[in-house]
Amino acid sequence: MANSKSDSSPSATPGSPRLDKSAVAKVAELSRLKLSDAELESISQQLSMVLANFEQLAEVNTQDVEPMVTPTDLTLRLREDRVERREPAEAFLENAPDRSGNLFKVPPVVG
Amino acid sequence: MSSETRFGAYEPVIGIEIHVQLQTKSKMFCTDSTAFASGDNECVCEVCTGMPGALPTVNRTAIEYAVKTGLALGCTIREKSVFSRKQYFYPDLPKGYQISQFDLPLCENGRVEFFHDGKKKSIEIIRAHVEEDAGKSTHQGDCSLINLNRASVPLLEIVSGPDLRGPEEAAEYARTVHKMVQYLEICDGNLEEGSFRCDCNVSVRKRGDPKFGTRVEIKNINSFRFVEKAIEYEILRQIDAVESGEKIRQETRLYDPDKNRTFAMRSKEEAHDYRYFPDPDLLPLVLNKPEIEALRAKLPEMPLARAARFQAEYKLPEYDSQVLTAEKDLADYFEKVVRASGNAKAASNWVMTELLRELNDSKKTVNQSPISAEHLGEMIALIDKGTISGKIAKTVFAEMWTSGKAPELIVKEKGLVQITDTSAIEKSIDEVLAANPKELADYRGGKEKLFGFFVGQVMKATKGQASPDLVNQLLKAKLKG
Amino acid sequence: MMDLTFATCSEVGRAVRNRKVSAVEVTRHFLKRIGELDPKIGAFTTVNSRAEAQAAEVDARLARGEAVGPLAGVPIAIKDLLCTKGLRTTASSKILANFIPPYSATVVRRLEDAGAICIGKTSLDEFGMGSSNENSAFGSVKNPWNPEFVPGGSSGGSAASVAARMALASIGTDTGGSIRQPSSFCGLFGIKPTYGRVSRYGIIAFASSLDQAGPMALSTEDAALILEVISGRCERDSTSADVSVPLFSQQITDQVKGLRIGLPKQYFAEKMDDDVERVTRESIDALKKRGAILVDVELPLVKYAVPVYYLVATSEASSNLARYDGMRFGHRSKNAAKGELDDLYSSSRGEGFGPEVKRRIMLGTYALSSGYYDAYYQKASQVRRLIRDEFSRAFSQCDVILSPVCTSPAFKIGERINDPLSMYLNDIFTTSTNLAGLPGMSVPAGFSKDGLPIGVQLMAPHFEESRLFNVSSALEKDLGAAKSRRPHVI
Repeated sequence: MANSKSDSSPSATPGSPRLDKSAVAKVAELSRLKLSDAELESISQQLSMVLANFEQLAEVNTQDVEPMVTPTDLTLRLREDRVERREPAEAFLENAPDRSGNLFKVPPVVG
Repeated sequence: MSSETRFGAYEPVIGIEIHVQLQTKSKMFCTDSTAFASGDNECVCEVCTGMPGALPTVNRTAIEYAVKTGLALGCTIREKSVFSRKQYFYPDLPKGYQISQFDLPLCENGRVEFFHDGKKKSIEIIRAHVEEDAGKSTHQGDCSLINLNRASVPLLEIVSGPDLRGPEEAAEYARTVHKMVQYLEICDGNLEEGSFRCDCNVSVRKRGDPKFGTRVEIKNINSFRFVEKAIEYEILRQIDAVESGEKIRQETRLYDPDKNRTFAMRSKEEAHDYRYFPDPDLLPLVLNKPEIEALRAKLPEMPLARAARFQAEYKLPEYDSQVLTAEKDLADYFEKVVRASGNAKAASNWVMTELLRELNDSKKTVNQSPISAEHLGEMIALIDKGTISGKIAKTVFAEMWTSGKAPELIVKEKGLVQITDTSAIEKSIDEVLAANPKELADYRGGKEKLFGFFVGQVMKATKGQASPDLVNQLLKAKLKG
Repeated sequence: MMDLTFATCSEVGRAVRNRKVSAVEVTRHFLKRIGELDPKIGAFTTVNSRAEAQAAEVDARLARGEAVGPLAGVPIAIKDLLCTKGLRTTASSKILANFIPPYSATVVRRLEDAGAICIGKTSLDEFGMGSSNENSAFGSVKNPWNPEFVPGGSSGGSAASVAARMALASIGTDTGGSIRQPSSFCGLFGIKPTYGRVSRYGIIAFASSLDQAGPMALSTEDAALILEVISGRCERDSTSADVSVPLFSQQITDQVKGLRIGLPKQYFAEKMDDDVERVTRESIDALKKRGAILVDVELPLVKYAVPVYYLVATSEASSNLARYDGMRFGHRSKNAAKGELDDLYSSSRGEGFGPEVKRRIMLGTYALSSGYYDAYYQKASQVRRLIRDEFSRAFSQCDVILSPVCTSPAFKIGERINDPLSMYLNDIFTTSTNLAGLPGMSVPAGFSKDGLPIGVQLMAPHFEESRLFNVSSALEKDLGAAKSRRPHVI
């Protein structure tokens, strides 16, 4: 994959906005962010500039390079299967915007 | 009718995703208890409620259970597997993502074998990966209520290949996996409480067509019988749709057992984009070969292997072996009876007839049996030693079932010991012969059928406790005169 | 009595333990300063109303003859990104404006166990996203050296609180420079430890694979002492390293003779402010005079650090911030269509997050979305590995790498707020350290013509923080004249 672009990579037409308003609106929906028209507009412009700059990454040859998530060479430690109780239920419901008894109350979930 | 002919020109293609709840004490990614029958949100903490700054840690036992299951399913265990985040918004998903595994799952490329319609089936296991459960939402008209006790309970998702070709076969596959996880003692196997969940992917295609049809996922099936019925319904629904020129929609449907039909889940048209990526809060899970082999060494004997051994070692018929290995607990019970009695054939007979009948009648599991395996074995030994007769044994068995007492104690208390004293039996015979002169004369006159009559009379006189062998032997001698 | 305002943490800790001064007196002194100065600075989001009571407890423990740790009675300001049990924790965001955590971050617990007093919570760029502290739902913070200038960010409140001596030290967090850049702008010793050195448990996550908490202090010794207290494996953070923690503060030496100081060519080729260049040269000269060996090192890939950093950080952030959904805690919109779950999600998040946070969630969601993952997130994660490997090679030729922290000293409030790209590009010197997981430190090294502080950055291999403290100590002594200057608010 290195420097060659796969079909799924974004359009690299120079100067064209990478993220037009409708694409931004889709990402906003996926992110569950209600944005005003003005916000959609400015985010479209700003992110397009940012992505245009980031396009330079394509220059780097990354063939056969394993992606790195954690920068230090550690492996996972496992926890013994023991129950530890810290706080009563109330502690985790106190901050709830709405509740019913000890349950979190939310708008109806579509089945 | 076999599924090969039942669906005419169509061939169903079925794959099953099974979610097995791993029976750990604490949750997958935090230290809360998994005993969520307790009060609302009583088993939650900042981790499983997705509070700011809380981080997951991985339960060692959950990983071990998953590896054992993977090994039993014949899977390759990845020495380096990765936890990924599956992202979507839903109120029962506190973090906005589920920690699961994506491109690098713990177990891959396995196979499950079972018998169906007298044929051995071999179903591919594509993968089995570890993940956390979501919470529970209860719908109440104008609102939903969220309980997170279940959130982050460990699950193993076992994904089969699209290898199943009929509803019965699919249900049998699910039963086989169910049997296996119980043998492994990693899951309580309770379908109704959601500890073992089957999601079925069903499609149909014209026989001979190499391409698969559009598949539909059926969720919410809480018994093996419903697995069969839901798939049956769905196959027929899809065939009807195709026949009438409709396109099958790729969707998720729920099964309603009351109406015996599936219906489409109401959901938005938007295609899911789960944006899986490696969870940066968890480092790669690295298991070395010796660790994996140590777990392999701890694997119990699985059902198919055990049934084969029962046939070879105890000389049981195939059918008996299968019945006795259907549940691990029953197979364990049977083997204890064999050990205590030293008589496999008799152990098999008593367990398969008397014991299973009583258990079924009283709706008890073998673990709830009032008769312990040791007691049943001792009882069989008493028969074999001649202490009691087979007939008396039935009385002893009934008494054991009600009182739970040891067979020897029952025999002693009730005076059920077999009479083997020849003089005592001869005395009874003399009395019977004296009391029935006509029958005696008839017998000696050639009516040998009457032999049974005399045996019955003697047994009656001895309250059934005389050794039948001795009665036969002595009676014959006396009758000859 | 000692001059508490200009004392160091170790001095105050010693005085409190020797009962020369009570923890309550110290706490009152700093609470009074906060009361007087903070209205002009805006460094704190919440002052800890229980600080005095906690100090009284430290005094009581000492009175009973119990052992109290090295930070006995030391007032420390905590960035409002670290959860504090029972004390409001906001991330400087409207979405958490009223959130009171039922647990404390491991760092906070370790500080308290060592006797420190959490004097208050300090402002930041919302969720740590920014480098000027202008992205705070609670208003911008002013630089104590000149109130027209930003204190830097995202740990701007932390930096300002210590520079104005409203606390003796602060805990900041650093995802791409958020400890080092404000430390440079406010004249402090600030260290971002090796990834995994300090537990992230209870620290509101921005980007999990980059975030580290660390001290921002008034001396090398203070920074070392606090790092020593907060470091070490934590059972609740799977990414915390099981690596022994040296007694940093007791091992500091200013002997740098023979130490190889790497100077990355590519860093010095960047366009930078004249004052920054001058101050950096002066630091290098000072070390050379002490017998350090200067080595040119090559880090050709660091020019990609900013895009790699922003793709990785925003991808992780878009996921980490999904939990702020108004369901179990935090802001829930009152403007959503009744009974519409999705509208409630979008409205609560749309109202609760500020513009920069929304921008980054959007960028991250996009970078992870179907069809773009390979070109953005995956590509960035691959280049990230190459950058780390490049640093490993550089460290085979040198012991410590020295560079500027930023291309410029503090800039004016409002100057860059509308240009995210140029704001991002300003992180050129700091982000690669986080990408590679290396420890990095900002050390006060001089002043601009306008009298604003300028720091230099030191970097070391994984878990070699001690080297940073040694070089820092040498610079602290040689460039010590600079320390005599004081921010104008004092």
